[in-house]
Amino acid sequence: MTPHELLQRWLERQLPPAASEWLEKSATQIQASGKDADLYLAVSLVSRKVGKADLALSEADLREAASARPQWNPRDWSADQAARVFLVLALESDPERLARALERLCNSADVSELIAFYRGLPLYPDAPRYLGRATEGLRTNIKGVFEAIALRNPYPGEQFPQPAWNQMVLKALFVGSALWPVVALDHRANAELAHMLCDYAHERWSAGRPVSPELWRCVGPYARGAMLEDLERVLRTGTELERRAVALALRASPDPAASALLQRDAALAKAVARGELTWERVAAT
Amino acid sequence: MRYIDPHIHMSARTTDDYERMAAAGIVALIEPAFWLGQPRTNAGSYMDYLSSLVGWERFRAAQFGIRHYCAIGLNAKEANNEALAEEVLELLPRYLLKEGVVALGEIGFDDQTAAEEKYYRAQLDMAKELDMVVMVHTPHRDKKTGTIRSMEIAVEQGVAPGRVIIDHNNEETVEDVLQRGFWAAFTLYPHTKMGNERMVEIARRYGSERIIIDSSSDWGVSDALAVPKTARLMLDSGISAEAVEKIAYRNALAAYGQTGQMAEKDWLEPADIDQRTLFEGNSVLRGQQPRVDELQQIPERIKDLVFK
Repeated sequence: MTPHELLQRWLERQLPPAASEWLEKSATQIQASGKDADLYLAVSLVSRKVGKADLALSEADLREAASARPQWNPRDWSADQAARVFLVLALESDPERLARALERLCNSADVSELIAFYRGLPLYPDAPRYLGRATEGLRTNIKGVFEAIALRNPYPGEQFPQPAWNQMVLKALFVGSALWPVVALDHRANAELAHMLCDYAHERWSAGRPVSPELWRCVGPYARGAMLEDLERVLRTGTELERRAVALALRASPDPAASALLQRDAALAKAVARGELTWERVAAT
Repeated sequence: MRYIDPHIHMSARTTDDYERMAAAGIVALIEPAFWLGQPRTNAGSYMDYLSSLVGWERFRAAQFGIRHYCAIGLNAKEANNEALAEEVLELLPRYLLKEGVVALGEIGFDDQTAAEEKYYRAQLDMAKELDMVVMVHTPHRDKKTGTIRSMEIAVEQGVAPGRVIIDHNNEETVEDVLQRGFWAAFTLYPHTKMGNERMVEIARRYGSERIIIDSSSDWGVSDALAVPKTARLMLDSGISAEAVEKIAYRNALAAYGQTGQMAEKDWLEPADIDQRTLFEGNSVLRGQQPRVDELQQIPERIKDLVFK
């Protein structure tokens, strides 16, 4: 099944018959009429016709989602978001028209609509076409919109060039978003990002503000030289949670000095070696 | 007491205003699309403005625990630029049925020109077709004639008086408006239009049925706290709490809630805080703690912030 078909099935299963019929009819009309106005009106009306309940998905549904589209994770989607993406995907067979319509939709979108359109990024045909739209979306000051792109969304990890990726990760920390839901976070780690994050940590320390323990996750694999001094500082002065994060980062570092540093705290070193510490646990604490 | 300011241009106001409004008990507001003080020269800038009303401004208000609704329409002044007006009219359907768009407005007359009448009628037709409430701006000059003409045209176009709020009334227009079955809103500008004391007299004389007050605050001399201040003055002048509540809260809710896009539960029973409710984040507060959860402490703060 395609993501479009899955959305259709989930919505049909969940919505009252009248809402479900309205949605089907609207999608057919959008395909048939060739008029973008039909799409605009239907997308607006979703909040009235479909409502905002959570999209009710089982573990089996989520597995199907991930096999229909690798890394697609609609776990926290709502029914209105699913319906809006479903309506946009009514144009799936005409990627040109979909791209044109989506750009216009985004330009006149309300906040909830923007969140839905950005969550749909991994599902639109001809993915590279949406790179500009996605990076533009990240410039928002609205956290919900930012997170629709940055979190639980495989699009940035697959499509973003390194500078855009690095800006996204840095901004996630800046606006107080968690990093663990960023898809491909470890895979896309890079030396430049590690430097940027250490600079950012210094900025926070100078201002007397806390540093997210998750920051060190993207530093670890590239930690060497002066960066190890930063890790050492946290290991010495940080909270228990920060020290666990740094222990994980040190383990990921290729520099032998890092493992020497880690051995200074026998208990932490042991916990890391046994796999008792994970980034997910650090983030959840 | 809770308040609604059903006509205020927040795009022109600062976060200080939002903070004081929330502290004074304003739980919801309506921002109608209007003139920016400087004429727009193309439809693109109009579109960005309309997008900000359903986007950024809505989010900004939410940071202070205030629910932001809007009215979308082509204002009277800019109806006189017909090239612009034609393009804006084509844009409107992209916005009119969005969530939280409670009315088509503010529309009506400014100079009472033929072009203004043409686009007023066209938008009334649109409101009728989409089953919307209409917010009508009445002219500052030749007000009485313009107000009556606005109501007659609305009836001619087949829009029910109960679906229309006539705004910026004064002592000269209120009787006609109420008699014809329209909602009568009053703008409380300091120094001009309706002063607070005059409003108290109107409430004494005409009661509280279908009467609404608003601040119409914008980039000019205006008071974002006009609604709570006037409500307080009414209470102090011996007008019943029930009547004041209708004038400063309940009537606006009844008039603009007719299409289901504004409901008391939006602020009395807000959804859990998550990324979909938008009631979170601190990009406006720049590192300060969001105020959303502190609104229950308002009563002590009102005296300091509002009534001195």
